[in-house]
Amino acid sequence: MSEGEMAQLMEEVEEKKKLIAIIRNKPWRMKRRLVLLREAQQFVDKFEGALGKGKGRKWYAYKVMMTKKWIKFQRDFENFRTACIPWERKIKEVESHFGSSVASYFIFLRWMYGMNLVLFGFTFGLVVIPEVLMGLPYGSIPRKTVPRPEQPTAQDYSVLMDFNGYCKYSVLFYGYYNDQRTIGLLKFRLPLSYLMVGIGTFGYSLMVVIRTMAKNADVGGGDGEEGEFTFAWKMFTSWDYLIGNAETADNKYASITTSFKESIVDEQENQKDENIHLRRFLRVLANFLITCSLGGSGYLIYFVVKRSQEFATRDDLSWYEKNELEIIMSLLGLVCPPLFETIAELEDYHPRIALKWQLGRIFALFLGNLYTFLFALFDEVNTKLLEEEGIKNASIWALKEYYANYSMMMNDSEATPPPMDPSDVIRGPCWETAVGIEFVKLTVSDIQVTYLTILIGDFARAVIVRFLNYCWCWDLEAGFPSYGEFDISGNVLGLVFNQGMIWMGAFFAPGLVGINVLRLLSSMYYQCWAVMATNVPHERVFKASKSNNFYMGLLLLILFLSLLPVVYTIMTLPPSFDCGPFSGKTKMFDVIMETIDLDLPAFMGTLFSYAANPGLIIPAVLLMVLAIYYLNSVSEAYQNSNMELKKKMQMARDEEKNRRNNTDSTNQVMKDLEDLLPNRSLAPPAPPEPEKKPEPEAKPTKTKPGAAGKGVNLQKDVALATPNPNARGPVRQPPGPRGPGPGPGPGQGRGRGRGPPPR
Amino acid sequence: MGNKQTTFTDEQLEAYQDCTFFTRKEVLSLHSRFRELAPHLVPLDYTNNPDIRVPLTLIVTMPELKENPFRDRIVETFSEDGQGNLSFNDFVDMFSALCETSPRELKNIYAFKIYDYNRDNFICKEDLTKTLNKLTKGELTPEEVTLVCDKAIEEADLDGDSKLSFADFENMISKAPDFLSNFHIRI
Repeated sequence: MSEGEMAQLMEEVEEKKKLIAIIRNKPWRMKRRLVLLREAQQFVDKFEGALGKGKGRKWYAYKVMMTKKWIKFQRDFENFRTACIPWERKIKEVESHFGSSVASYFIFLRWMYGMNLVLFGFTFGLVVIPEVLMGLPYGSIPRKTVPRPEQPTAQDYSVLMDFNGYCKYSVLFYGYYNDQRTIGLLKFRLPLSYLMVGIGTFGYSLMVVIRTMAKNADVGGGDGEEGEFTFAWKMFTSWDYLIGNAETADNKYASITTSFKESIVDEQENQKDENIHLRRFLRVLANFLITCSLGGSGYLIYFVVKRSQEFATRDDLSWYEKNELEIIMSLLGLVCPPLFETIAELEDYHPRIALKWQLGRIFALFLGNLYTFLFALFDEVNTKLLEEEGIKNASIWALKEYYANYSMMMNDSEATPPPMDPSDVIRGPCWETAVGIEFVKLTVSDIQVTYLTILIGDFARAVIVRFLNYCWCWDLEAGFPSYGEFDISGNVLGLVFNQGMIWMGAFFAPGLVGINVLRLLSSMYYQCWAVMATNVPHERVFKASKSNNFYMGLLLLILFLSLLPVVYTIMTLPPSFDCGPFSGKTKMFDVIMETIDLDLPAFMGTLFSYAANPGLIIPAVLLMVLAIYYLNSVSEAYQNSNMELKKKMQMARDEEKNRRNNTDSTNQVMKDLEDLLPNRSLAPPAPPEPEKKPEPEAKPTKTKPGAAGKGVNLQKDVALATPNPNARGPVRQPPGPRGPGPGPGPGQGRGRGRGPPPR
Repeated sequence: MGNKQTTFTDEQLEAYQDCTFFTRKEVLSLHSRFRELAPHLVPLDYTNNPDIRVPLTLIVTMPELKENPFRDRIVETFSEDGQGNLSFNDFVDMFSALCETSPRELKNIYAFKIYDYNRDNFICKEDLTKTLNKLTKGELTPEEVTLVCDKAIEEADLDGDSKLSFADFENMISKAPDFLSNFHIRI
């Protein structure tokens, strides 16, 4: 075989391989696909061997075999992965009863669960297990022992619920970990691992969130303006194909009909802007009120944190006073969103826009609360740091005193005294554990409030409406209060913020990730049950944005915001002197310096010191800025060319319409061009020429430039249904007998009210 | 990975995995769903590709389809004879095209086919009228129906022939924010 033939053959083989890879995307009948697949596979098998003749044959055959094995391995792995995805049945049930938007919350919850499971694996496997297996046991050193004054109460339930006592001195919190550089036979470097896992948590989360965003962006809806295709979209995209339940379907029919009627009314009436000034004033007023409440809530939190610092010095606290901070924060998260919604009634926006405003405000509320909480917490940390100085001195004195007492008692200054009992050593305040405890308490109270809200707000309400309806004057199911609807955006935001707290707190309390995994697991089952038993499908559904990336974008933002405090802590704050894996160092990241100095070969140390040179970092930053600028201008150029193409399409469409209607072109450019043509009436009459109108090409081939370039050959492939067996050419068949006439109105006798939720 | 099933040969399963968006387990579960519809008709052993078709009336009793106003059209579109009788290949094809991982371009094409009632490769006014009546269960007055259909054609028709060709339809539907999440059946 000649070189040319070989090259051609190789090309064909590549083509066949490509076909095999994308055959599932082709709009063909399954039979045709199977036949073509088999042909392509046979071709590839036959000629791939032949191509390997001559030099390099063995290597080529080896490469081919490895590729095949790799593809097989990937396929098996995919199969395994899909088999492991939990809760498919549950989500399908929710989808068929409530539609795709409610189910999207549960899909998001499942995704979060997966991410947290991986983080839990890292933390548990690389930090907790080594400390438990290879580190010193409980009670051996001061930081791992409950101090003597606390010992009598250390096992009390109320103390444990506050995460003091035995909880505080356990693997759950930062303070338990020892600062030994290497532990056990394997010389496992625990402090380094702790720091790396802390940073790796953020790195992994970032990677996963961005990857999901990129995947979602591919299927994003593009940039159609609101109202460009109102009726067409309502007609073709309003039915939710996931619905499988008769009541939900009835609801959906009713809501689609209402939506059509509304659009028709909007179309027929010209919307007069009544009194734009009043509307503007109301909107300004509403925004002012909301800003006031946001400010008020921020101040309230600050005040409560200050009060909790006072309480910390007292001992006789009631249950409310001990948990005041968490209760207030959760209550604010519960009370403010409905408040915002009520104030937003003043604004009179389109529901989709109103939803966006609402989400923005809730976001601002949660963010403000979180950061106020953090600032107040940092105040506390600073106080503790000052305290530490005093305690350091005190503990050295106490040790000296202990030795002095001992030698006095033994009358022998030569003998070495046994080390002081660990529970007697004076302890520093260990601010990291305190911060960890705060985050854990906040998370736990958040869980409790969420579950209680569902129990009372949804379940109790449903029970009351259902059973009190028999003996009440008005129809509780149709009027007030009726059954609750599932609040998608509130729940999603709650989930996002909970995750933000976990990210912030995981560094100070490694056990927090485990608690979160349990929370998400139980939340899935609990909320699935609650939604099926106590909620009814929405009347009107408005999605917050065109793609799922809105909530992912929020998650990304929260990730960055939770990264900041942790990085600040690692870089700036000095670790406690007697607890945690970094005790004794001036800054937490000194661990890395130590590792580079002691564990890595010498040249790596010099390499890193060069890399950290500002002379290298500043050009790198400049390069990145330039790259961003370049990508920005490229994307702007694409947008411009998009606009041009759109304009062209619009022009062509207008031209067609006008030509059909035999009116003058309304396009100014065309008009000008026509004016420039010679005036026919002034020219001598020309001989009649044969009217040779070129046969108008069949309409389908007049596809516009952009449309046919998507790898779909319109002419050949959009021919799925066999040619209409009853048709003769383009004549449409007479309308067949209608099905059973339009049935009785949806949900007879129920009107706007909805029946009891599906069982 | 137990190889204990005798419904399909391994080559058949690999071929299905190449031609659809399903994994091996999903293909097998699809076969059992298909069999459930007509156990006396559909054999357990598919290794020699029997040509059995399940009629339309049985397929639309599936819970995923029974509430869908377009169920007849969906099944007819994917059937080879145009009457709605699906062989197993068509059955798998249908659910693969409508599944979550199916790409937008594929869904556009099938959506166009489904809404084209008279199969002339155009969505004309009668097709729109039928679609609308199915969606609203006849609750709108005839004038309202005419108005909506006219408006829809006016919005989406680019080449001015008062019916929607595939290019018109695709241009309109690719910008719709809800299309992908709504035009999806989970099996």
